[in-house]
Amino acid sequence: MEYVIEMLGIRKEFGDFVANDNITLQLAKGEIHALLGENGAGKSTLMNVLFGLYQPEAGTIKVRGEEVKISDPNKANDLGIGMVHQHFMLVENFTVTENIILGSEPTKFGTINIKEAAKKVQKLSEQYGLNVDAYAKIEDISVGMQQRVEILKTLYRGADILIFDEPTASLTPQEISELIQIMKRLISEGKSIILITHKLKEIMDVSDRVTIIRKGQGIGTVTTAETSPDQLAEMMVGRQVVFKTTKTEAHPKEAILEVHQLNVKDNRGVDRVKDLNLTVRAGEIVGIAGIDGNGQSELIEAITGLRKATSGKITLKGQEITSLKPRKITESGVGHIPQDRHKHGLVLDFPIGHNIALQTYYQNPLSKGGIIDYKKIDKLAETIIEEYDVRTPSAHTPARALSGGNQQKAIIGREVNRDPDLLIAALPTRGLDVGAIEFIHRRLIEQRDKGKAVLLVSFELDEVMNVSDEIAVIHDGHIIDTVKPSETSEQQLGLLMAGHAVTKTANKVGGE
Amino acid sequence: MSNRLINILVPVISVILGLIVGAIVMLVSGFSPVDGYAALWNGIFGDSYNIGETIRTITPYVFSGLAVAFAFRTGMFNIGVEGQLIMGWLAAAYVGQAFELPTGIHAVVAILAAAVAGGLWAFIPGILKAKLQVHEVIVTIMMNYIALHTANAAISAISGGKEKTDKIHDSASLSSEWLASLTQFSRLHWGFVIAILAVIIMWFILEKTALGYELKSVGFNKNASEYAGMNVSRNIVLAMVISGMFAGVGGAMEALGTFGNMMKLNAATGIGFDGIAVALLGANQPFGVLLGAILFGALKNGGLNMPNAAGIPTEIVSIVIALIIFFVASGYLIRLFLERASKKKGVQKVKGDK
Repeated sequence: MEYVIEMLGIRKEFGDFVANDNITLQLAKGEIHALLGENGAGKSTLMNVLFGLYQPEAGTIKVRGEEVKISDPNKANDLGIGMVHQHFMLVENFTVTENIILGSEPTKFGTINIKEAAKKVQKLSEQYGLNVDAYAKIEDISVGMQQRVEILKTLYRGADILIFDEPTASLTPQEISELIQIMKRLISEGKSIILITHKLKEIMDVSDRVTIIRKGQGIGTVTTAETSPDQLAEMMVGRQVVFKTTKTEAHPKEAILEVHQLNVKDNRGVDRVKDLNLTVRAGEIVGIAGIDGNGQSELIEAITGLRKATSGKITLKGQEITSLKPRKITESGVGHIPQDRHKHGLVLDFPIGHNIALQTYYQNPLSKGGIIDYKKIDKLAETIIEEYDVRTPSAHTPARALSGGNQQKAIIGREVNRDPDLLIAALPTRGLDVGAIEFIHRRLIEQRDKGKAVLLVSFELDEVMNVSDEIAVIHDGHIIDTVKPSETSEQQLGLLMAGHAVTKTANKVGGE
Repeated sequence: MSNRLINILVPVISVILGLIVGAIVMLVSGFSPVDGYAALWNGIFGDSYNIGETIRTITPYVFSGLAVAFAFRTGMFNIGVEGQLIMGWLAAAYVGQAFELPTGIHAVVAILAAAVAGGLWAFIPGILKAKLQVHEVIVTIMMNYIALHTANAAISAISGGKEKTDKIHDSASLSSEWLASLTQFSRLHWGFVIAILAVIIMWFILEKTALGYELKSVGFNKNASEYAGMNVSRNIVLAMVISGMFAGVGGAMEALGTFGNMMKLNAATGIGFDGIAVALLGANQPFGVLLGAILFGALKNGGLNMPNAAGIPTEIVSIVIALIIFFVASGYLIRLFLERASKKKGVQKVKGDK
């Protein structure tokens, strides 16, 4: 086999911590090679070594058969290696072309020759079927198109080896399938791709081979056609993983959360939630399925008091909580795993222990007469860290230093520990690996089985289908249909999410 | 090289480097650095009078440093310590001379008045920030000018057109004959005890109380604080007010201790602005601020001796002192250099994947 990239026996240390230990990855020409591993397994470290951001302590790197030393990202660029980052590095109020040429502006007598560049961008876009408008402003285009701009950026710089870092993390199902088409097109045009991911489905769909790493160790490389999701998961996590979360039939009881004719505006004054009705009963999980931006965030913010409702009524256990202060709502029995754990969920500069007391620090027994007993906070934190398997050196470690999965487990521990009657989980597994996802799903179901009401918001159809007892599909600010997971299909949900209300007669089970 | 060793070496090397560069400046300008530094040393520790004056000089810096540091720790930039200090000074001077109260109680009331005045002066930028998102830096800077001229006008009004207020009554004074006699009749007063108390109070608020937890949380992440049910606006205002109260009490030190009155000011006192440097020198930690204020106050007071004892002009003195402080503040660079030198290349990056 002809390899365009060979990373042989790579070892990278940070002080005493070995992030990569004897990892070998060989990218064949014209293949999509998946790099699979849990959060914190060392995938990004390995790619940063390839990209010249880190220097390895041992091992060799060969590009097109020749041993090279990649001292910095510019060197990587020169070698034709391009990276499509997970978090897009785009200037919002620049056009597509301006973003693409940033850092290598073609100049003519000291002025930027933007027309020339735009022409080149347009041509590349057509060649690879990217369908990007070279003159559009970044802030006006969808997330999927922004990602294609990132791809164009690497192509513009002449990359023929592309690294995709978790490319589907923020895409809708439709955008994901478009991306997969694009990746295949790139291959047919002679490019080679490394795909970093922990989503097994994507790997099975697109990749030719998979290299698995676990806790910094290279576990091995397998051919996708000869493996199965179960085997990959086991290699990644090091034990058997249950995908389909097993759960018993739900036995819903009295209504806990009732939302009646709710209207909510966003910051710009646009109506986001429109005459929405929703009921979540004790002992059931209601999943809200929908494409990002259809009012999910505003709905959750209105329920939790972070945003005022313009009209309508929200009740919890029969008590009205519409537009009360967040603390009142929290105290009346609402737990909330927020959508953005860095923005809302954690004070990243606080120790993880302090974060675990974020809503209870002022209450007895953590506080008495306005004086905090930090020993009690530490104790509470240690219990939750233990019980929820939060991997952290100690309760005093800043939350910032924890991996995403462990941050999320800490938040879930904090929310569930308060034993709320209603638990709201907004994108609780975003960016997490299968091990963590399984854990979180089990916790949600556990709450349900304890007779609590759970409201789940997710963009992942798998998740909504697996975990919910009832699915409410949201589109353009209202619930356009409510279905049982057993009586629907991903295709039908996809249609509903896109706003095609399905008439009840056409509501066939598992319809193609 | 162990961390502890580096922690000790950094400030030592910083001060030495500052002294060396200061010496070069003196040499180039034709003065003897040996004489200069001897004069500086004597100005700080030379005799009990100088020691007394040094401690007195340090005292208001402790308050202005605490005020800035408290705001920093709670996510605010209080550039208005100067103005809050002036208002505190005015309030204390007024209460000290206008009322008749029992000894001790009078001083306490005057200090409280200063705290309220400083707090109110900081309340305005606080509420503007909380309710209208007006940036506190611009408001506090402007409030400094307003304070300066308001105070001057108030002094005229209180004193019937004179350049300074009447002396405060003895019952409000922080001066002590005992302290004075101990230090060859320096102006040392009891304020330094209050300064140490203030250090402890700031530490206590930030590290022990639920209020401090909230203030810090809001300072770090307003969204998460709101999510957790804290009243973000109230905490922003409170952070500014408490910061302003420290500044106000700093002003009371001048009114009740050093001067015993308030005179019209041509320009800002500088104590408030230097408080920014003091806070940063002390890494915004209460006890660090104390150390920063000691360095600042000692150099300021010692520097006063350099023109007389070594014939060095005050301009050169200011440069030398600024250089020393500059090098202490750039301790980060020295730390970086030491860490590089000690070959411990282990960049303490967070491991692997995010």
